[in-house]
Amino acid sequence: MSVRTLTLGDAPPAWFGQRLREILVLIRRNLIHILREPMQLSDVTIQPILFTFLFIYVFGSGIPIPGGSYTGFALAGLLAMNLIMSSNGTAVGLSTDLNTGLIDRFRALPMWQPSILIARSVTDLLSALICTAIVLLAGFAVGWRPSTGLLSVLGGLGIALLFTYAICWTFGCVGLIARNVEAAMSIGFIVLFPMAFVSNAMVPTQGMPAWLRVIADWNPVSAVTSACRQLFGNPNPSALIQDWPMQHPVAAALLWSAALLAICVPLAVFLFRRRTSD
Amino acid sequence: MPSRAMIEAKGLVKRYGATVALAGVDLSVPAGSILGVLGPNGAGKTTAIRILTTLSHPDEGRACVAGFDVTAQPAEVRRRIGVAAQATTLDELLTGRQNLEMIGQLSGLRRSAARQRATDLLERLELSDADARQTKGYSGGMRRRLDLAASMIMAPPVLFLDEPTTGLDPASRLGVWEVIRGMVRDGCTVLLTTQYLDEADHLADSIAVFDHGRVIASGTPQQLKSETGSARLEVTLSTPRPEAVLALQPLLEGEAHVSHDGRRLRAAVLNREGIATAAVRALDRAGILVDDVQVHQPSLDDVFLALTGRETAEEETADEREAATA
Repeated sequence: MSVRTLTLGDAPPAWFGQRLREILVLIRRNLIHILREPMQLSDVTIQPILFTFLFIYVFGSGIPIPGGSYTGFALAGLLAMNLIMSSNGTAVGLSTDLNTGLIDRFRALPMWQPSILIARSVTDLLSALICTAIVLLAGFAVGWRPSTGLLSVLGGLGIALLFTYAICWTFGCVGLIARNVEAAMSIGFIVLFPMAFVSNAMVPTQGMPAWLRVIADWNPVSAVTSACRQLFGNPNPSALIQDWPMQHPVAAALLWSAALLAICVPLAVFLFRRRTSD
Repeated sequence: MPSRAMIEAKGLVKRYGATVALAGVDLSVPAGSILGVLGPNGAGKTTAIRILTTLSHPDEGRACVAGFDVTAQPAEVRRRIGVAAQATTLDELLTGRQNLEMIGQLSGLRRSAARQRATDLLERLELSDADARQTKGYSGGMRRRLDLAASMIMAPPVLFLDEPTTGLDPASRLGVWEVIRGMVRDGCTVLLTTQYLDEADHLADSIAVFDHGRVIASGTPQQLKSETGSARLEVTLSTPRPEAVLALQPLLEGEAHVSHDGRRLRAAVLNREGIATAAVRALDRAGILVDDVQVHQPSLDDVFLALTGRETAEEETADEREAATA
């Protein structure tokens, strides 16, 4: 075996093609992890089923929805809530990787370091797809039905997934800041719980105290939920609220997603560089 | 023809807060040779490797690997090096083969080439039987060997091995040494750190002794032994002769020790050429018959003790440990 042939014999592969291969290799690695430890998927499988039944049968019985059923109202909220909750997986996944020696191995390789972040976010988008499917199935089981066409429903799902992808990068930043996995997990939940609940996801905001209602109506989760309700043709009491995001939920959800991506993608790359250099 | 230096460092300084991990280190490793970096824990060995492998930036000084500056051209350096860090850098949930194929592909190999290379290396490092097992079930020796395989995946011209045999049983150690020698036969240049003096002695063409972030001695194992520390002379006389000590006195360093029967004599002597001849001649001139003469060259342990005033025992500097892993 010659020492030189492999390093100097290959022509330098096209930059983009090589980056794409790196990302696919790393996604494959992340998927092998999920296969080896399937409980990693519990927050996109068991948790959505649990939440669907809990909210619809426990809370639903006590929350009147003008012009429709709680089930019809709740599904879009359950979808948004479960999806953003699953983004904590990005924080935990990155934090786990950063705390093993493997990152040092990656860093000494002639690869593009942001590939690691992109592969992580794409993997989490794939698990978000599973989450979406489970929420929809659970919704069907309890009687939820969309009242619009397929394209409209797909549009709603697309908006929810785009927002999930953006929020994954946000929580990727959390994972890059947190010193260890436990810290990443708790920071994640401290941020995610208020985000999920101070919104129109599970209850109409009209009943909230005025100051909280302002926060809820401007919460990006409310915009995503309203957009989905509108596109699924489900009851959407927030349409009566005069704040801009509630009047234009689709545009608001898209803008929020774009803004989060524009801030968090470069921030995550920066944080990764800072975290992994000394 | 002077051989080109594949690893060259000048005045490397690295501080972690108040801790000075490297206090001005110079290194030069000619192509195709092995440099053994020797020193206790906390001496700065790992920090030096981290800088030379582009993982850490020096505060002062500069270093070139395979002709490229580690700070200015890290990508070029990474294309030409293999690294086996002290802590294993494997993916615990992947199998041995999956680890190697992943690292090969991330290094730029196509999938089929990575697979072929993984097969070769698994065989070469005697891991073929375990290739389909998750590495979290591997023994310490298997992990080390897989780490070594991972660092060799691109057959790099320069290899950095941070304590490649720490924690291995003697048989695995010999196996790892053989693999490293094989790499050098193929033209590879190796820098390895070790706490084991015999490892440096057996494997390295030259040695740099680190202590408190400095190179306190360097040279071939032989040079180091002859420059530092005295040799030990053991003479067995035919009959007890107390005046033998007097006859040997000009050669001795310190007190001579005479055995109970008065025939055996042990003493530290100046470690110079022809020391055994000189001893026998001195005794002969005094009319003393000699049955046996032995001169024990100093071991690297003696050298290390002489240089640092300490045994090579585990001397943990918590600061450096923390700094290196932070």
